[in-house]
Order: sequence, then C-alpha cells, then structure tokens
Amino acid sequence: MTGGAIVASTESVGRRREILYFALRGKKVLISSSILIFFAVIAVVGPLIRPGDPNAFVGPLAAPPDGQYWFGTTTFGQDVFAQFASGLRATFTAGLLGGSIAALIGMVVGFVAGYRGGAIDEILSMFTNIILVIPTLALLIVITAYLSARGIFVEALFIGLTSWPWAARAIRAQTFSLASRDFVDLARISGVRSVRVIFSEIAPNMSSYLFLTFILLFGGAILIAASLDFIGLGPTEGTSLGLMMYNAVAWSALPLGMWWWFIPPGIGITAIVGALYVLNVGLDEIFNPRLRES
Amino acid sequence: MSLQVNDLRVYYRTLAGDVKALDGVTFEIADGEIMGLAGESGCGKTTLGNSLVRLDGRMKLVGGTVTLDGVSLPIADFDEMRHFRYRDISIIPQYAMSALNPTRKIGKMIGELVESRDVRYREIRPELERRLSLVGLGVDVLERYPIELSGGMKQRMVMVVSTLLDPSLLIADEITSALDVSSQKAVAQALQSFRDHKFVRSMIVVTHDVSILYQIADTLAVMYAGRLAEKAATDVMMERARHPYTRLLIASLPEVGVRYDETRLSGIPGTPPSLLNPPTGCRFRDRCPLAIEKCAEEPPFVEVEPGHSVACWRSAEVAAAGDAMTVGAVSAVGDAAIATVANRTVA
Amino acid sequence: MLTLDRVSKVYHVGAFGGKTLTAVREVSFTVAPGEVVSLIGESGSGKSTIGKMILRLIGINGGTITFGDTNVATLRGDALRDYYHEVQGVFQDPFSSCNPIFKVDHIFSLIRGIYFRALSGAEWRAKVAGALEAVSLDSGQVLHKYPHQLSGGQLQRLLVARALLLDTKFLVADEIISMLDASTRIDVLNLLGDLKARGLGILFITHDLSLGNYISEKTVILRRGRVVEMGQTSKVFSNPTHPYTRMLIASVPQLHKRWGNESIVDAGPCRVHAASPSGSAGSALLVEVEPDHSVACFRIDEGVPC
Repeated sequence: MTGGAIVASTESVGRRREILYFALRGKKVLISSSILIFFAVIAVVGPLIRPGDPNAFVGPLAAPPDGQYWFGTTTFGQDVFAQFASGLRATFTAGLLGGSIAALIGMVVGFVAGYRGGAIDEILSMFTNIILVIPTLALLIVITAYLSARGIFVEALFIGLTSWPWAARAIRAQTFSLASRDFVDLARISGVRSVRVIFSEIAPNMSSYLFLTFILLFGGAILIAASLDFIGLGPTEGTSLGLMMYNAVAWSALPLGMWWWFIPPGIGITAIVGALYVLNVGLDEIFNPRLRES
Repeated sequence: MSLQVNDLRVYYRTLAGDVKALDGVTFEIADGEIMGLAGESGCGKTTLGNSLVRLDGRMKLVGGTVTLDGVSLPIADFDEMRHFRYRDISIIPQYAMSALNPTRKIGKMIGELVESRDVRYREIRPELERRLSLVGLGVDVLERYPIELSGGMKQRMVMVVSTLLDPSLLIADEITSALDVSSQKAVAQALQSFRDHKFVRSMIVVTHDVSILYQIADTLAVMYAGRLAEKAATDVMMERARHPYTRLLIASLPEVGVRYDETRLSGIPGTPPSLLNPPTGCRFRDRCPLAIEKCAEEPPFVEVEPGHSVACWRSAEVAAAGDAMTVGAVSAVGDAAIATVANRTVA
Repeated sequence: MLTLDRVSKVYHVGAFGGKTLTAVREVSFTVAPGEVVSLIGESGSGKSTIGKMILRLIGINGGTITFGDTNVATLRGDALRDYYHEVQGVFQDPFSSCNPIFKVDHIFSLIRGIYFRALSGAEWRAKVAGALEAVSLDSGQVLHKYPHQLSGGQLQRLLVARALLLDTKFLVADEIISMLDASTRIDVLNLLGDLKARGLGILFITHDLSLGNYISEKTVILRRGRVVEMGQTSKVFSNPTHPYTRMLIASVPQLHKRWGNESIVDAGPCRVHAASPSGSAGSALLVEVEPDHSVACFRIDEGVPC
C-alpha cells in the first residue's frame, strides 16, 4: 500500500466536510453562484415590479434610462427593463427546458450504451455520432422555415434534441468504467435487474459528474437559444434576451446610439453563460481534489 | 557501500493532521547485503523506500538522518538529491512497469533517461545489451513498445534500466507482487544476480511477501505501524524470531505442504492502528497476546545478539518459549498464541 | 453438485467482432457438497472467466454447466433469482465489491428486498447479526460504517456473511484473499474451512499454490484455458506429472526450502500419447496417472502436436 493510500483512507473520512469546506471558500463557485442568483432574482421579481406586457408601448420613444424607465425605452417606447426581466425568464426557461431534455436523452443513451456494451453500444454510438455531425443550425433553419408559429417550448425542444450527443458520450465513458467494478457484479448476483443496477448503483456514483454535465447543457442551451433568437429564428411571440438583441440590431440601435437597448441583454447573456461555465470549473475542482491548486 | 539510517521520521501532511507514516526508524545495511523489508499495508515500508530517494510534496522530514557511504543524504532537499538519484541510489517504484510511456520505444526511453544524466547512450549501449541478456531478454526488446512485453519481461527491463549506472543502493518496491509465480522467480533471481555481479552493491527489497524474501534476502527487517519491529539475518528470523508480531506473522503463512485438516493456522486478530493518532507505547500492544503494563512505554529497538535487533520488552521470553517447543511448556507460559507459534515452528 | 462439462468461452474482439479469443477451452470438472476445489492458474488461464460463467455474469459459449440437475445457461428471470439463492460469489477486491457511496449494510439490504421481504425489521436484523457472528464480526460495530472505514479483511468477511445469509449451497471464491494482508488472510481462509464443514461446495480460484494446498480436497490446474492436470490435492502436489505443474511447484517460494539451482527433473513422455499413440493432438482427453489424479497431453496448452 503506498503512502498515497494511507493518506487517501484518512482523508476520505472527512470527505463531506472537505467538500463543504472548499465549496464555501472556492471563489469561482461563490462569485458565479452570486451572479446567477442575482439574475434569477431579477427574473422573478422584475415582472412583478413592472407588470403587464413587456412589448406594450408605454413610454416616450427611444428615451435613455431615467428614474422611471431604468433601462430606457426602445424606438417604439417599450420599457427595456420590463423586456429585460421578462426576457430573463424566457432565457432561463429555454435553458432549463432545453438542457433538461438534452440531459435526459444523453443519460438514457449513455447509460444503456455504457452498461450493455457489445452490439447495442455500437448501434447507439453510431446514432450518437450521426446526430453529432449534423449541422444543427442548418437543420433548424430548415425546420423553422416550415413552422409559422414558434413558441419557447418548441425552441427548447429542438435545442434538447440536438445538443445531447456529447453528454451521451461522456456519460457512456463513465458508465463503462463504473460497470466494470465488482459492486455491479455483486448487485447482479443479488438478483437486481439491470435498470435498477444502473439507477441505484452506477448513477449515484457519478452524481457530481451528472450535475456538472447538466450545468454545461444548461449554459449551452441558453447560448444556442440566444443565437437562434438573434438571427430571427426564435419564438414568434413573447420576448427573450436574444430577441431583444435581434430587435435592437434590426432597428439600428447601435448607429443611433441607443446603448441601453442592446447592452443589458448582451451583458445578461454573457454573464449568465459565463457564470455557468465558471461554476462548472469551480465545482469540478471541488469534486476532483486533484485539480486543486494546493 | 554502507547505509546508516538514524531515527528517521517522515510524516504526511493531510487535512486531518499529520499521518506519522515513519516514526523513528534506525538500521544499517552493509556492503553486498540484500535487506528484505516486510510488513503489512500501512506499516510504512513504501514510505521508507521512497523517502530515501524522493520526498514528494505531501511528505515532510520531521527528523533523523540518512548516511550513504559516509555522506549525509539531503533527502529533504529535492534538488540536492538529484546528484544522488540514479547514480548512487536508485529505486524501482511500485507499479513501475505500468508507468512506462506507451508511445515510446524502450530503447528511446532509455536513451532519454541516461542522456538526462549526462551519459552518452551510445557509450552505455554495449553494457545495456549485456545486462539485458543476463536477465534473459533479447536485444530486440529495445525496439519494442511496452505493450508488446509481458509483465515479467517489463519488470526485468525496468530492473536493468534502474541499475544501469551501477548505483550503490537499489530500492525495489513490490516488484514481484503483480507477477505470476514463474515470473516472480525469474525476477527475484535476477535481483540476486545483480548483486552477485556487483551492478548494485546493496539492496532494500520492499514487499509484503515474506516467502520471496526468504529466498533471496540476507537479512529481514519487519515493520509495524511506522516502526521497526525486528531485524535479523533471514535464517535467524525464521528460526528464532523474538518479536511476537514476527512470530505470529510467520506462523500465519501457509507453505506448500501444510494442510487445513492437519494443522489449523491462525492469523492475528485486529487491525494495525491508525497512524493519524497512533497509540503511545508499543504500537502492537492491542493485538499482542503477550502485552503487559510495561508495553505502555515504547520499547527501544535494541540489539539482542550480533546482527539481531528487536523492539519488545519481552523478547527474551519469546526466545525462551521458542526453544522449549513442547505443548506442555505452553501451559506453563500460559499464552495460547505462543502455543500456535510453538506448534508452527515444530511442524 | 456442480458439474462443468466441456465448457468453453470464446470472445469476439476487434471491430465488429472479427477475431476470436478463446478464454476457456473444453474444461470439465465437478464439485461435490462439503468439498473445496481449487482452480489454480496464472493470469490469462481463464480461471476467473469460469467463475463468472458459473455465476452467470457472462455467457457460456460451449458445453454445459449443471447445478443439481439444472442447466445454468437456461435460467431466466425468477429461476435465475432462485439460482442466486443457492449459488453465490465473493470477488477479489473487497473495496471494489462494496459500492463506496453507501454504508456496508447496503450489500445486505440489496438481498433483503429480493429474498426476505416477508421478514420484519427485527427478524431481519437478528438474521444479519447471526450471519455476522458466524464470521466473527459484531454487527453493531461494522454495519453503520462506509467501506473505506473498514479493513479489507473485515469487508471480505462481510461478503462471506452475505452469502451465508442467503443459505448458499455453492460459493465461488475468486482470489478472495490475494488483496488482504498476510495476518488476516489465514482467518478468511479458515472461514472457508468452516463453510466446508457446513456442507457448502466451494470453488476456490487462486494463483497461489500454497493456499490451494492448504484448503482444498481437489485441485484443477489450468493453463491458457485448458485443464492440464487435476485430481486429489495431495496427489497432485506430491506427484506432479504435467511439465507445467512441475514448473509451477518448483517456482513457488517456500518458507523452509530455498530454490535450488537444479533444473526440473524431466517429466518423461507424454502420458496421453503413451496410452494412445494414435490419439489426436490437442484433444481434451485426460489420462489417469493414479486413482483420482489425471493429466492432459503434455503439449495441450501449447497448441502443437505432441
């Protein structure tokens, strides 16, 4: 037994304590969570402060921020702040929904391929690779061209159906390595059926990994949704941060100097997606002691 | 060559505190001696082997000195030790054969290694080939990738590489553990031949397998929970060990020939103490059938006869019980464990 | 109780399974109740594969494995579940066998849900405590701990207790003590002796001849998937006939005798072909050397004609 093993066994006694210790001290985790919570609060509270349709024409046209309209108004007199708060909700929803769908598909494909192996694994991997190489943007353009009305849910569905492959591959790899451990064999000779083995023996062992995968899918979904909205393929009604940017560009906010129209949504998207990625790295360091700088 | 280790203490830093992996180890190795270092997991034998060569980031030298050929080794100083590593003192680490770079041909790897020590690969190549054939490997091995070799072949190759510059001291850490029985014999005998051919002056062979050590080691040192329990010549250790742990350990090993139906062997109940907060006094106290009150005070590691040192207050009684090898004498001593031990050595 | 009749296992490797790898080739032996059979072989001999086939963890390609009078390969669903009531296994690495994120009582609760649903909480706890006592463990001291807080020896004993709980008739012990410390090995091994006394049949898979000699009645020596020698343990060890067996025994480090420099005494002519000179090369035929001790063709494991 190496010295590392001596240390490992004494360390793991306090593993939970250790995770909490680093979680509360990790700057990356603290700062990124704070940013996310900040925007989430705005998304929840904002529409309550400014009720009503965010796309309604309520104020002076193209007015800069002032006491009443914190983020100013658009060319048509719409309250930018109300749009921003409502847009945040839409963005979070799209991200959550799209990310969840992708996570679900990724988990099912990944677990089954990793656990069963053999022919099933080969077929599923081939399927995963095909979806992976399809140019999703081109596909979405084609699909949306055929749909006259699009809502957030449809958008989230598309994102979910096209962004799961890398998650499936990652989960498959982890499942592969865990399935070779003896406790899986032990569960099998205890009469436990395969599905239960996957969900009660294997998945809990990769819970941190699954969590991190979901965070990445969430961030990715937000980014894709914003990009789609920005090129005009977003929902046909309602508002989102990407849609705000689309409108801002469409109505020449930049040359006209209406910085209050496109900067808030831009910062919003950047900050949220960036915070999610940094959160991912920070959590990874916590779950994986080897990555810590100490 | 000569090695003196004096009261060596090496601790591991962890979040929970210091793990006292090595807590006062003192011994000497003479020229040409193969010393076997045996013990169970967590006893500190790998830490001892590693600390003589390289203290990594988590280990800290708390006390003690190491002297090799009259020169004090600066084991706490990573950079200073570079002058000694590979030339004067070399190590075959645990899992060495799994650590070979799979993308490098063996010959290229060796070339890079010796060049980094300012030795021309071309000059050393004839000697390298000679030694490879000595351990039964053909020269073609140099052109192969690690994956093409079997476990035994890789281990012998690593042995040749580690001793290429004729170090004074070689530390071999569990080099036979992962091998099949037939490869084990080849590797162990190769170790001996290295010493016989004077490629290496002395060796420390670290392993949990006492029977391999019996075959090739001149002396045996048994460690328990970070300290040395006993050190003696191998034959002396087998016939008249004086530490209860050594006796019980040897008595628990089945050799070819002993059968369950005839002789019931027994192990040592309990587990070694945690090294985070080790107990005061003799660390074997809780599991020792001969423990008395005095054992709350740490027994010193003293020489009881030339070349034979023990750390036990009752070493004289253990020796006496061993000499009176009858079951009758057992009831006089009154310890069931001694009975097992005495029966064992009779058989 | 358990019979293997010309059992084989072939793996398909490479892209789309082009090449074949034969792990086990026509192995036959039996295990009776109250008998420990050692299956001895080096790495790559196929011994673990045989253990897994018996436990239905991998499929059987050729031959039959019969438990009682049931063909093991045909078991499905509930029948398979009942099979595990009688046939169990303990594996090499105790820390890998216990799911590290659960406390160790998880390995017991797994079987409770499937086999012991009728028992009340108190009855169940009493049953578990009884099984643990049989392996010299105190339930109050171990059940609430995580695997990394216990030693390898304790975990292995827990895993044996689990098999006892199920009232196992046959146990596959796959290298169960090779990862344990020397001082605890013999205790776990003696535990197998206790099980043997209770009437269990045990297949003791190991690479260590000393252990096989200590605990088993019958020995089967495996090389590259084939049986090379087999018979009563004392006979195989005192009169090894096959060159491979002789090499193994000569290489084992013993504690009272040093390795000699003498080369292994020539094994003599191949017994199979001495008995039937026209016999086909590579057949799995075993020829009796003495009662309860048979040997295969001397070159059977090399795949060349004798």
